[in-house]
Amino acid sequence: MKVTLFVTCLVDLFHTNVGKATVELLERLGCEIEFPEAQTCCGQPAYNSGYVKEAKEAMKHMIRTFEHAEYIVTPSGSCATMFKEYPHIFKGDPEWEPRAKALADKTYELTQFIVDVLKIENVGAKLKGRATYHTSCHMTRLLGVKDAPMKLLKNVDGLEFVPLPNSHNCCGFGGTFSVKMGPISEQMVDEKIHHIEEVNADYLIGADCGCLMNIGGRIERQGKPIKVMHIAEVLNSR
Amino acid sequence: MPMKIGTGEFKERVDKGIHNSFMRGAVAGAQERLRTRRLEAAEELGNWEEWRALGEEIRKHTLENLDYYLWQLSENVAKRGGHVFFAQTAEEANEYIRDVVVKKNAKKIVKSKSMVTEEINLNPVLEAAGCEVIETDLGEYILQIDDHDPPSHIVAPALHKNKEQIRDVFKAKLNYKKTENPEELALHARHTLRQAYLTADVGITGCNFAIAESGSITLVTNEGNADLVTALPKTQITVMGMERIVPTFEEMEVLVSLLTRSAVGQKLTSYITVLTGPRDQGDVDGPEEFHLVIVDNGRSNILGTEFQSVLQCIRCAACVNVCPVYRHIGGHSYGSIYSGPIGAVLSPLLGGYDDYKELPYASTLCAACTEACPVKIPLHELLHKHRQVIVEREGKAPISEKLAMKAFGLGAASSALYKLGSKLAPSAMNPFTVNNRISNGPGPLKAWTEIREFPAPGKERFRDWFHNRQKGDHQS
Repeated sequence: MKVTLFVTCLVDLFHTNVGKATVELLERLGCEIEFPEAQTCCGQPAYNSGYVKEAKEAMKHMIRTFEHAEYIVTPSGSCATMFKEYPHIFKGDPEWEPRAKALADKTYELTQFIVDVLKIENVGAKLKGRATYHTSCHMTRLLGVKDAPMKLLKNVDGLEFVPLPNSHNCCGFGGTFSVKMGPISEQMVDEKIHHIEEVNADYLIGADCGCLMNIGGRIERQGKPIKVMHIAEVLNSR
Repeated sequence: MPMKIGTGEFKERVDKGIHNSFMRGAVAGAQERLRTRRLEAAEELGNWEEWRALGEEIRKHTLENLDYYLWQLSENVAKRGGHVFFAQTAEEANEYIRDVVVKKNAKKIVKSKSMVTEEINLNPVLEAAGCEVIETDLGEYILQIDDHDPPSHIVAPALHKNKEQIRDVFKAKLNYKKTENPEELALHARHTLRQAYLTADVGITGCNFAIAESGSITLVTNEGNADLVTALPKTQITVMGMERIVPTFEEMEVLVSLLTRSAVGQKLTSYITVLTGPRDQGDVDGPEEFHLVIVDNGRSNILGTEFQSVLQCIRCAACVNVCPVYRHIGGHSYGSIYSGPIGAVLSPLLGGYDDYKELPYASTLCAACTEACPVKIPLHELLHKHRQVIVEREGKAPISEKLAMKAFGLGAASSALYKLGSKLAPSAMNPFTVNNRISNGPGPLKAWTEIREFPAPGKERFRDWFHNRQKGDHQS
């Protein structure tokens, strides 16, 4: 199966290991990976800040870049959600609405793709330790992907899974919120970390690099012994 | 209490909220309780998503035909001998109510809970006219005797206070001698309030839903105070926001059911009262005179705009009870009697961006509010729309942000610029990078690195790795 990878700007620039793990994992599951080099960013930073005009330029560029793909797969629930929003954003635009819809229809978040399209729930991963999972807001509430990561993590050999208390509460990332509303964001991320500590997790796993940068960056600043991993890295552990 | 509350800039108010550990403990506890109860009540009812869809449909239909239903309502109230007044502004509403009160030569007024009378700042007007005004909702009563402390939650106005604080207020203001036991506190308040009902000249209520087909009003309480406010005084004045209306009893039943479950996780509240006009022949109680004041105060300006769906709100506060931002900053930080996600959407619409421009940004757009709303208001999308309006129409965004977003637009729309920028990023960040980490970043990174580490951009981007790997594959 040919998969076109939308790696996301955060992974491309800051979390290259997540991209590498995604490629290796999907290849092992029998996919052929294509990476369109023209890809940039889904436009979410500008869109969520209210700069719709600027965001639309980025979106049009991404639609052009991925138009040829059969399956678009991305290791980010939030960026996948953004692609899914494109038809709504271009509503009423005779040229771009149908193109946006075509793009949205073939976009999948990584775990969603593995479980729903590849129909695989055990990827043969091994990781020893106690782990909890951060359900990122856009992925669960807007994209509606709740079960796929759980199904996959349950089958990771050696991983003891513990649910995260108050998992429904946002970690305080929210894109520019994390800097615009720094003091509030700080309280939110600290409460999240408090709950991670409460269950004595060695690993915090998530499917969105934005949230993981926020939680991980704060954990690192506080020097806490919790390892933050993207689910692609976990599923690629052997 | 006007809609605008508190003093100081948004940042100062937030800082105060964050450092109020009593309030934060109370809010977090209440959120857990109310969220759990709401989910249980929804589960017990079953087919919750269908109920929500029905609630949304009813509210949308009513708003689209608001002129018709308001006309029908006013006709039916008049038919039953009531008086109807349409107030375009807060001043018009207050003036009308004051005139009624003065004409009745009223000295004492009892009120049941009403956000719209807070919004129009009614109480000071009545007090200036020489009346004693007594709030009878326990939460509102506590706030009133505590030197008019503003409400911090639309359903539970005194949510920010714990029982020890309430005991202290009672001790200071009511000569209370007992403990912080809620039953003792409530009993004390009840004694005082009973006397007030019996001696009041006028009763003022809010309105959960007016029913157009009959000219009735519906009041939902757990304390029964609205029943006493409407049953005992000779004159009753009901004040409603112009959107608080349903076509018939059938729709009222659906919305009340959604309201009580969403607000407090109850199938029904202890009291759900439907009142139609003044006392009729043969009625044993009820007012001799009934006035319905229908308040616009900026609402009709929202009709027909991209924000119309905010008027679907039935004031259940389910969005407030799940908001992770409200959780940490509390209601007073919003600077409006309408706090939480609904307040962040509504306050700038009713009160303008000058006072409330920060509120749409006080959200991570996590959509917990949208998910919780029983009438499916897309709250996080409306917050986003506000941001768009602030940037595009109001021009209130900071210059540095505008430039950054302009640059983003150019960079993300051009693969050449993106590649160049991302290639240069590691050397640009080099002076700030230690061990692949940025701990004290420049520009917009400064706020990030005040509390967290930021990963330094790697020399090898993912695309470089992939490119080299493909090349390697070809060579082998």
